[in-house]
Amino acid sequence: MLKLSKIGDWFEQRLKIGPVVEETMAHRVPTKSASWFYVFGSAAFTVLLVQIFTGIMLALIYVPSAGQAWDSLQYLNHGVTLGWYLRAVHGWGSNFMVALVLIHMVQVALFGAYKFPRELTWIVGVFLLLMTLGMAFTGQVMRFDQDAYWGLGIGAAICGRVPFIGKWVVHLLLGGPIIAGDTLSRFFAFHVFVIPGLLIAFVSVHLLMVLKLGINEWPMPGRLIRRSTYVQEYEEMTRKDGVPFVPVAVWKDMIFASVIIGCVLVCAAVYGPYGPSGIPDPTIVQTVPKPDFFFQWLYAVLAYLPPQMETPALLIGPVVILAWLILLPFFAGEGEKSWKRRPIAVVTILIAAVSLGTLTHLASYTPWSPIMDAWSSDPVPVKYLNGRTPLERQGAAIFQEKQCRNCHSIGGSGGMRGPSLDSVAVRKTHAQLVRQVVQGGGNMPAYGKNLNPAEVAALVSFLDTLHPPNQPPARDAAAHVSEENTHFATGSGKQ
Amino acid sequence: MSENVSRRQFFVKLGVVLNGLAAVVLAVPVVGYLLAPILRAEGGQYRKWIDLGELDEFPEGQTRLAKYKNPISNAWDGATDDLPCWVRRVQGETFQVFAVNCAHLGCPVRWFPQSGLFMCPCHGGVYYRDGSRASGPPPRGLFQYPYKVEGGHLMIQGGELPTLASPSASLQKRSEGCES
Repeated sequence: MLKLSKIGDWFEQRLKIGPVVEETMAHRVPTKSASWFYVFGSAAFTVLLVQIFTGIMLALIYVPSAGQAWDSLQYLNHGVTLGWYLRAVHGWGSNFMVALVLIHMVQVALFGAYKFPRELTWIVGVFLLLMTLGMAFTGQVMRFDQDAYWGLGIGAAICGRVPFIGKWVVHLLLGGPIIAGDTLSRFFAFHVFVIPGLLIAFVSVHLLMVLKLGINEWPMPGRLIRRSTYVQEYEEMTRKDGVPFVPVAVWKDMIFASVIIGCVLVCAAVYGPYGPSGIPDPTIVQTVPKPDFFFQWLYAVLAYLPPQMETPALLIGPVVILAWLILLPFFAGEGEKSWKRRPIAVVTILIAAVSLGTLTHLASYTPWSPIMDAWSSDPVPVKYLNGRTPLERQGAAIFQEKQCRNCHSIGGSGGMRGPSLDSVAVRKTHAQLVRQVVQGGGNMPAYGKNLNPAEVAALVSFLDTLHPPNQPPARDAAAHVSEENTHFATGSGKQ
Repeated sequence: MSENVSRRQFFVKLGVVLNGLAAVVLAVPVVGYLLAPILRAEGGQYRKWIDLGELDEFPEGQTRLAKYKNPISNAWDGATDDLPCWVRRVQGETFQVFAVNCAHLGCPVRWFPQSGLFMCPCHGGVYYRDGSRASGPPPRGLFQYPYKVEGGHLMIQGGELPTLASPSASLQKRSEGCES
């Protein structure tokens, strides 16, 4: 022990960091801030360290060449001892990272910690969020498979919508005319050098400010923040009712961080690594690209936006949201800190959370995507063919052959792009069905261009039979009345 | 005394100016390097004539997937240089060559000859046989490559990822190809 302390003394004599470290560890924090609600920032930092470590491990083998990345990933998965596990930890770590950063941000917002004097800490935090999402996007690209390739195409298409300079932005993003070796190289440089460097710098500034300004005190309803008096009040609070950070407050941070790491390690072991899926060969058009979970809300938004709204929403929306986030401490920098007295903050966060959750859930089963092989793999249910005339059965064959099933389900299987047609005859009369098939409308193409009149007649005669057995089909009220009137007039006796 | 100080100050200022000059001189190649993907394009476009094959490979009235190697490539591009396009032979030597990239956000569209529709798996965009927009989020019809028939071969002018910023086909060619 004596030897150890002598070695320690040797270093301390040359580094002279002892007093700073001791002061940092022993600095007082408001008692109530030593809470489980305050652990998310340090957990995010811990996951960042895990990501840096596993990232370096992966970079020892991964080849960032468009022609060989996929092969090096297969080698990592199958040829290297526990390579699959390192990939899995890195992939699951990224999921937890995004989640923790978002939870941390929500907690900070609800506790009013962005108010005076912590405005800059919040702004740096917003940039850290952007960088985390940047790491998530560039990280997806590293797993250079079909999802990554076409995901890059989507990124390029969005950049192509920028007015005037769109073409240049696309070429800069791709490093050339198409998604190729140059693209993967620059995304690798961003994912491994540029953004991590910025992350380390910004996290250091973020942490430094937390130490210098003190951790946010537990918000009390009714205790208003005023720029003129806050600093003295905070110092007094810490002096009177403060506890040393180490060991009183730090143990919760440490335990939660270890639990989170444990969760990452367990998820990695149970669920394994993400892909890679197919080889990034653009000639394989039989593919359904999908982003990782943290961008699936955007996937849903892009499916539902009307075409005319899309470019303004994509280019102006993020700017507005970002500006609002960065300027938040300036228009809400004083006043109440407790969420109990800040209904707008609570409602805004709730709306954002419910929206993101709903959109992500929708993207898990993509109801807006046609199921490309439904027409050839899901047979027409037998109950819809029994007792039908030959014309109606011919209509069923046309229903399958013309890919109607890709977007419309019957008998519980098929696409969800359009409504299911099990009871379409109850909703539409014969004439309305003919119009719908021939002219389409909304998300449906006009099949009149691709069906001859005989095919339309057969198809609609089949659709006419699609109603529950006890329910009569829809009928044109006017036609029915005029029919009855005609029968009365000619005295054929139909009542 | 003040003369000594001003000479030292002069040398400090000179040091700043010289370093500034060095930074500016260094910045020129660095900026050029960073902007190379934009500056490399000849006349602002990456376009070369590409041979898609003999006319016999494309029967009349059909739409087929043709594959070609991108002319602007590097040795380490691997499979990303193999690019597809949908070739529709309308009649004789009249063609329409569509990019597989959906006009909405670039996912690969699939051709269904039975119903005469291109369907996009990502967000449900649909196009008709002649490439015009049928339904869904795409703001326009499919991107088309300028083409010519030379020596019994179908050639297209390509090399660049089609996006709304650079849709590949000139307006002239697009109206030509829209007869169906």
